[in-house]
Amino acid sequence: MGESLIANSLWRNIYCVLSGDSSVCADNGYSAGLLPGDLAWLAFALSAAAIVGLFINAILGGVIVLIWGERRLFGRFQRRTGPNRWGPFGMLTSVADAVKTMFKEDVVPADADRILFNLAPILIAAPALLVFSVLPFGVGTYVADLNVGVLFIMAITSLTTLAVLTAAWSSGNRIAILSALRSVALLISYEIPMALALVGVIMLAGSMSLGGIIAAQGVPFILVQPLGFFVFFLAAMAEMARAPFDLTEAESELAAGYLNDYASMKFGLFFLAEFMAEISTSAIITVLFLSGWRGFDAVPSHLWFGAKLIAVLFVIIWFRMTLPRLRVDQVLKFAWKGLFELTMINIVVTAILIGIWPQPTTAQLWMMAAINWPVAIISIYIVSKLLGTSAYKKPQPDADNPEYPVGSESIPTASVYVADTQADTRANAIADTNVIERGD
Amino acid sequence: MFDGEQVVDVEPVFGYLHRGSEKLAEERTYTQIVTLTDRMDYVSSMLNNQGYMLAVEKLAEIEPSPRGVWLRMIASELQRIASHLVATGFLLQDLGALGTPLIYAMRERENILDLFEMLCGARITNSYLRPGGVFMDAPAEFWPALDRGLDDIVQTIDELEEYLSGNEIVFSRTKGTAVLSPELLINASITGPMLRASGVDWDLRHRAPYDYYDRITFERKLHTASDNYARYWVRVQEARESVKIIKQCIEQIEPGPVRPSFDVVPRLLRPPVGDAYVAIEGSKGELGFYLVSDGGISPYRMHVRASSLINLTLLRDMLIGGQFGDLFVTFGSVDLNMGEVDR
Repeated sequence: MGESLIANSLWRNIYCVLSGDSSVCADNGYSAGLLPGDLAWLAFALSAAAIVGLFINAILGGVIVLIWGERRLFGRFQRRTGPNRWGPFGMLTSVADAVKTMFKEDVVPADADRILFNLAPILIAAPALLVFSVLPFGVGTYVADLNVGVLFIMAITSLTTLAVLTAAWSSGNRIAILSALRSVALLISYEIPMALALVGVIMLAGSMSLGGIIAAQGVPFILVQPLGFFVFFLAAMAEMARAPFDLTEAESELAAGYLNDYASMKFGLFFLAEFMAEISTSAIITVLFLSGWRGFDAVPSHLWFGAKLIAVLFVIIWFRMTLPRLRVDQVLKFAWKGLFELTMINIVVTAILIGIWPQPTTAQLWMMAAINWPVAIISIYIVSKLLGTSAYKKPQPDADNPEYPVGSESIPTASVYVADTQADTRANAIADTNVIERGD
Repeated sequence: MFDGEQVVDVEPVFGYLHRGSEKLAEERTYTQIVTLTDRMDYVSSMLNNQGYMLAVEKLAEIEPSPRGVWLRMIASELQRIASHLVATGFLLQDLGALGTPLIYAMRERENILDLFEMLCGARITNSYLRPGGVFMDAPAEFWPALDRGLDDIVQTIDELEEYLSGNEIVFSRTKGTAVLSPELLINASITGPMLRASGVDWDLRHRAPYDYYDRITFERKLHTASDNYARYWVRVQEARESVKIIKQCIEQIEPGPVRPSFDVVPRLLRPPVGDAYVAIEGSKGELGFYLVSDGGISPYRMHVRASSLINLTLLRDMLIGGQFGDLFVTFGSVDLNMGEVDR
């Protein structure tokens, strides 16, 4: 038992301290463990529980830190200080918030379908945690290295929408339903470019296992696959419903949408899942495009991974802080008319390059990067021109109105405008006759 | 009512912020009513003060003192900038930008409120104006602070414009949404930035100059598209123009008393029997005050032509057939203030 797991250093360390299983541990330089060799199954179960406990707690702690960091960054972006009262640099603020959330009254609306209403928070939190099981956080630090890791991630992240739909439906709230409809539309649209963006990575790595993909990145794939990274990043933002794609929550429109009727720790689980999704998405981007834990040997692999993770998180938060929200039809148009085409270009170009260099060495990867970057820049430019506002059709074309004056130079001043259009001459005629004295 | 994401029908329901200011005014003296006007449109109280005082002066036939007029013009133009900044900030908030542009705009408004604090000791509910002028001269430290503040305002507007006016998402969200024709706007008697965004050159500061606006030159900024973007654009440019107006006011202001002495204008005004209507260019449109006097210490009747309320009358034309997401953007671009709608 455990032969296939021996590459997992996390597993090896815990298991071999517990068990005297000579077949695995003695070969790797461990002395006899605490438990006798015939209780290997107990050691196996205990170490599994230990690893799961370690991961879940690390992730929850990470969420607490992320919430604090995000709020501090929000403050910086908005020229204010952010939380700074409770603990050093306000670090305990999110701890206090978590405690507060737990002690809030648990309100269930009268119209709610109670079973589904209580199930939805679990449905959303469980997949968000499951994603972490395949992610390698450093050399040999992972729960499992699935040979279909990428596929697993795609499948698991799709479950989020099911949970959102469940939550919205069971709340018996029409605003929530609107939010769920948006969520489903978003998922269906963005799942496709997201998956297709990964095809290039999988072709290059020749493997769907995340460990294999890291091993293949002699050059980080962000350099070799700029188009794939671009599409995957945006699609991932849409998948986790972050600004500018935060249609499902849309505070100003739907007042938090499907979260409307949730209170207390049920709301807390949704919140938790959202931030776990943020961490896992950043981790996935780090693994697939930023060569995961690889770096110079002088720095431990876990630190490399952490630094890259934080860099991606920073960019995601930056996006969220800066950009306004897109409308539903624009978001869907962006997926189908923009990102989908870009992924297709990426797949074709990558396939040709793979045809030329079937097993790319590092030098060949650099050459691929040199070809891919111009392709990416040109195709993104063309697509943005096609999708941009210049091609945006006004719903009510008006023959009287001249074209949009864009920018301050072309704005007609009063005199120019009066001479221009019939409507305004009329308007000004009316205005001229009605001078201010209307007191009677 | 919605069909999926499509807006089928809307029905505005007013009255949740009704405080009966117009009725209360019948129980107050003319000076006390200033505090009621502060609370009508609470993001542009100086402009409300100005409109009301002009009506009182017309009713009581008061000749205002020049320095007081310049001071209240500076104050009201500062208020116009503040109000337009708030409108822009909340428009972007409605667009879904998570607070960043709103806080940038609000910070600049804070600086303006600090200037108000120097002028009259209050930040939001100013009650700065009195019949014939203002109640207090600006302190010496106000003028350098105003100069610095104007530079800051221009800088902030530049920053906001750099960030927003060329932003593709702002473009695609606001252009071509909630389009209204100039004829419709005039028929609904909509005024202010909404009307000017449709290309109609109607600014009371230019059409029917009150105070000393006839001694000021400024550009009336017009946009022809009459959509949400045009409204946003007109507001931002008007804020720039207000800065220029204030600079001209600073050049032309002259020393002297800030209000007529109490011998000329008594503390307890008893205007002659009659009525007066004065409209000024408020931040949201034509802001009119109608006062009827029966010769007593309180007006017999006061009525306010609240531009926010009248600007809302075309809500159905703007929203029906549009997208659900555009609903709130349109609210933001109309720049409604419920305090003024319900009074």
